[in-house]
Amino acid sequence: MSQSVQTKSGPAEIIPVVSPGGVEAWQVRSSFVPLVAVGFAFEGGAAQDPPGREGAMQMLSRLLDEGAGPYGSDAFQERLAEHAIELTFTSSPDALGGSLKTLVAHADDAFDLLRLALAEPRFDQDAVERVRAQMLAGLRYQANDPGTVASRRFIAEGFPGHPYGHPSSGTQESVAAITRDDLVALHRRIVARSHLKIAAVGDLSEAALARHLDATFGALPAKPVLEAVAPTRLVGRGTRHVVDLDVPQSVIRFGFEGVSWRDPDFIPAYVLNHILGGGAFTSRLFQEVRERRGLAYSVGTSLVSYRRTAMTWGYTATKNERVGECLEVIGSEIAKLREDGPTDDELEKAKAYLTGSYALGFDTSTKIAHQLVQIAFEDLGIDYIRRRNDLVAAVGQHDIRRAAERVLGDGAMLIVMAGRPDIA
Amino acid sequence: MDLRIDAAPIGRLEGGGPELSTHRLDNGLDIVVIPDRRVPVVTHMVWYRNGSADDPLGRSGIAHFLEHLMFKGTAAHPAGEFSKVVSALGGQENAFTSYDYTAYFQRVAPEHLGRMMEFEADRMSGLNFDEAVVAPERDVVLEERRMRVETDPAAQLSEAMAAALFVHHPYGIPIIGWMHEIEHLDRDAAFDYYSRFYCPDNAILVVSGDVAADDVVRQAEATYGRNAPRGARPVRIRPREPEPRASRLVSVADPKVEQPTLQRLYLAPSALTASGNDSHALEVLAEILGGGPTSFLYRRLVLDTGAAVNVGAWYMGSAIDDTRFALYAVPTESLDLDELGRRIDTVLGEARDAFDEVAIERAKTRLVAETIYSLDSQSSLARIYGSALAIGETLEDVRSWPQHIRAVTRDDLVRVMETYLVGRRLVTGHLVKDRA
Repeated sequence: MSQSVQTKSGPAEIIPVVSPGGVEAWQVRSSFVPLVAVGFAFEGGAAQDPPGREGAMQMLSRLLDEGAGPYGSDAFQERLAEHAIELTFTSSPDALGGSLKTLVAHADDAFDLLRLALAEPRFDQDAVERVRAQMLAGLRYQANDPGTVASRRFIAEGFPGHPYGHPSSGTQESVAAITRDDLVALHRRIVARSHLKIAAVGDLSEAALARHLDATFGALPAKPVLEAVAPTRLVGRGTRHVVDLDVPQSVIRFGFEGVSWRDPDFIPAYVLNHILGGGAFTSRLFQEVRERRGLAYSVGTSLVSYRRTAMTWGYTATKNERVGECLEVIGSEIAKLREDGPTDDELEKAKAYLTGSYALGFDTSTKIAHQLVQIAFEDLGIDYIRRRNDLVAAVGQHDIRRAAERVLGDGAMLIVMAGRPDIA
Repeated sequence: MDLRIDAAPIGRLEGGGPELSTHRLDNGLDIVVIPDRRVPVVTHMVWYRNGSADDPLGRSGIAHFLEHLMFKGTAAHPAGEFSKVVSALGGQENAFTSYDYTAYFQRVAPEHLGRMMEFEADRMSGLNFDEAVVAPERDVVLEERRMRVETDPAAQLSEAMAAALFVHHPYGIPIIGWMHEIEHLDRDAAFDYYSRFYCPDNAILVVSGDVAADDVVRQAEATYGRNAPRGARPVRIRPREPEPRASRLVSVADPKVEQPTLQRLYLAPSALTASGNDSHALEVLAEILGGGPTSFLYRRLVLDTGAAVNVGAWYMGSAIDDTRFALYAVPTESLDLDELGRRIDTVLGEARDAFDEVAIERAKTRLVAETIYSLDSQSSLARIYGSALAIGETLEDVRSWPQHIRAVTRDDLVRVMETYLVGRRLVTGHLVKDRA
């Protein structure tokens, strides 16, 4: 099956904008809807949490809109709400990210509130305690949730002693220990200009965007102060771990090596992952675990690419009595793929899906903004969207074999189960 | 077959609704087209006017189980072929079941729309699968229920609360069905249900994205146009909920619970059962009471008194029959749920004084802005219009929604609060730790 790689898959035109003050952003102009969607990411995420203060970056991300500049928390939220401005901050292992959505008519107010949140967050003590209480309640709420405990145990086993092994949301003890000084220091270290990536989509002129960029981000400190995060690899392959929970179904997490997004083998690994356990109903795991045997409602794998490591991790959940069978099926599918590779037809169909579906990720302003920020964050280049389908289309069987060797290795997995699995 | 144009294209409003057009085929299939030419993507959805609330007694979960079985092949196309084609064309697909409707969708490049229509029209009347696929698929649904409910005490509380709120109406039965009834659903049950509800006269085709309305209608005519009509739309038999008298408390205690929570459900009229503008007023009431950190309950219970760490409200107006208005609260560590409930009552007692013009305006602004933000997403628009038509609303109802929201007054808010947020309409839910 051949396909046209010329197919228009992304937004028509991505404009690199540099403000007079030197703030860079990628812009997509669209007047279809009278709104502006902005995405941004600062280098440095939960992996920057001080030891014993895990959860600090997430707490910081939740406090930026809880009072800034002249406004206390309630006044700040009121200013957002009165114009229906949506401002959110998120933390991931490597980044402090955020997004802003506003009607064009209120763009000035929206960017100004973003400026205040980034440059002048107050960290008022009552807001700190409120957010702490919310995070602690969230941790208690999920304390025995099978999916949550399985994921936590998985990263703890896979990256012991490394920041990537700590949960971004922290623990009861670490969240209780975070001080206002920790948050102020973290904010000062991370919210800086030099590694900042910004994308803006919507009904805004280039000149207006440049003006907003300077006003919003221009006065931030030039450089972040980042703790070095050591390169690491997933360990514990070949081991199995059970978190005991009195539930009729076990959640299973399984994982092996990965390939980072910046690695030349990423695209072949991505195609391989699609064949094994990617999002479509056609993947081998979906067919064998769900369709043929009814072992689970959801099953799949995804590539995880962090700054200093990469892994592939899989998920499923099956009743306790059938966990052994389920693991056997997953193990044998991985072994088959590792030994025989995909068929030519399977490979062509996977490529057809991945190239054809790329455009589906660009159908809203917010999605476009997030995609652009992610591409910028990974340093893939402003032309990546144009190049990406060619990269997928060029993947051949030898590329898949190379990726399979790196990703699947000897087929041994780190396996974590939460439940009461009936296994020997 | 000729096609009838029922309504002229509805023009673009000033910052209001999208530019959409509607048609009806001779076999009764309703069509809505919502153009969005920004990217070469179309969302193709078929909505059926039946959901879990139409499950026959003793066969709870059949609407949802059938939705799964709709991927198991037809006389013309064996199991999995449709999915393989969607995938090979770079498309995405899925389906969902709700109380009042069931919908199937694909998202593809516009040149593949016709293929999607062929397959979707084919399974509207040609469903056919082996007995052998039924048992594994039922196991999939049982695992889905284990994942969503059997391993989650909070979901068990939600089920128990709905069952207590709706003493007579099937909204009290979970969409996925009760475990012991799913276990006995079979091929016959699925086909009984399928032959009752799946026909063009009971379906709505919604296409949004990079398409022109006349192309969509032409392609629909060539595909869905071949599906024979039933002649009359299938009848939904829905008992009416009696006037409630009793305040109810249900509680789920589980050793796995580490964070107690409180939920409230009030029986409230829906967009279809409400008289006057009660439904629009309830939308604004939910926003003003519990729509985020500037809402009245959040300010009083979280910011001012610290009784709760979080609190909110929502209203499920989109329903055929009487529906839910909900409050939820997560208490601060030192407060038990009974005391939290008393604090909520005290605050609700003061709420009418808090409905000042600024707060009302803020709530309306946020609700109306959501409709403008939704214009940015072709799949959101397809869902908004599809779900509205599937429950029996008109396009005009959707289009005029912002004006109706803006027209809600302080008196309306007081009236609906005092009418519907009352003890005899209330089911309280407690999620607590079982320390036994």
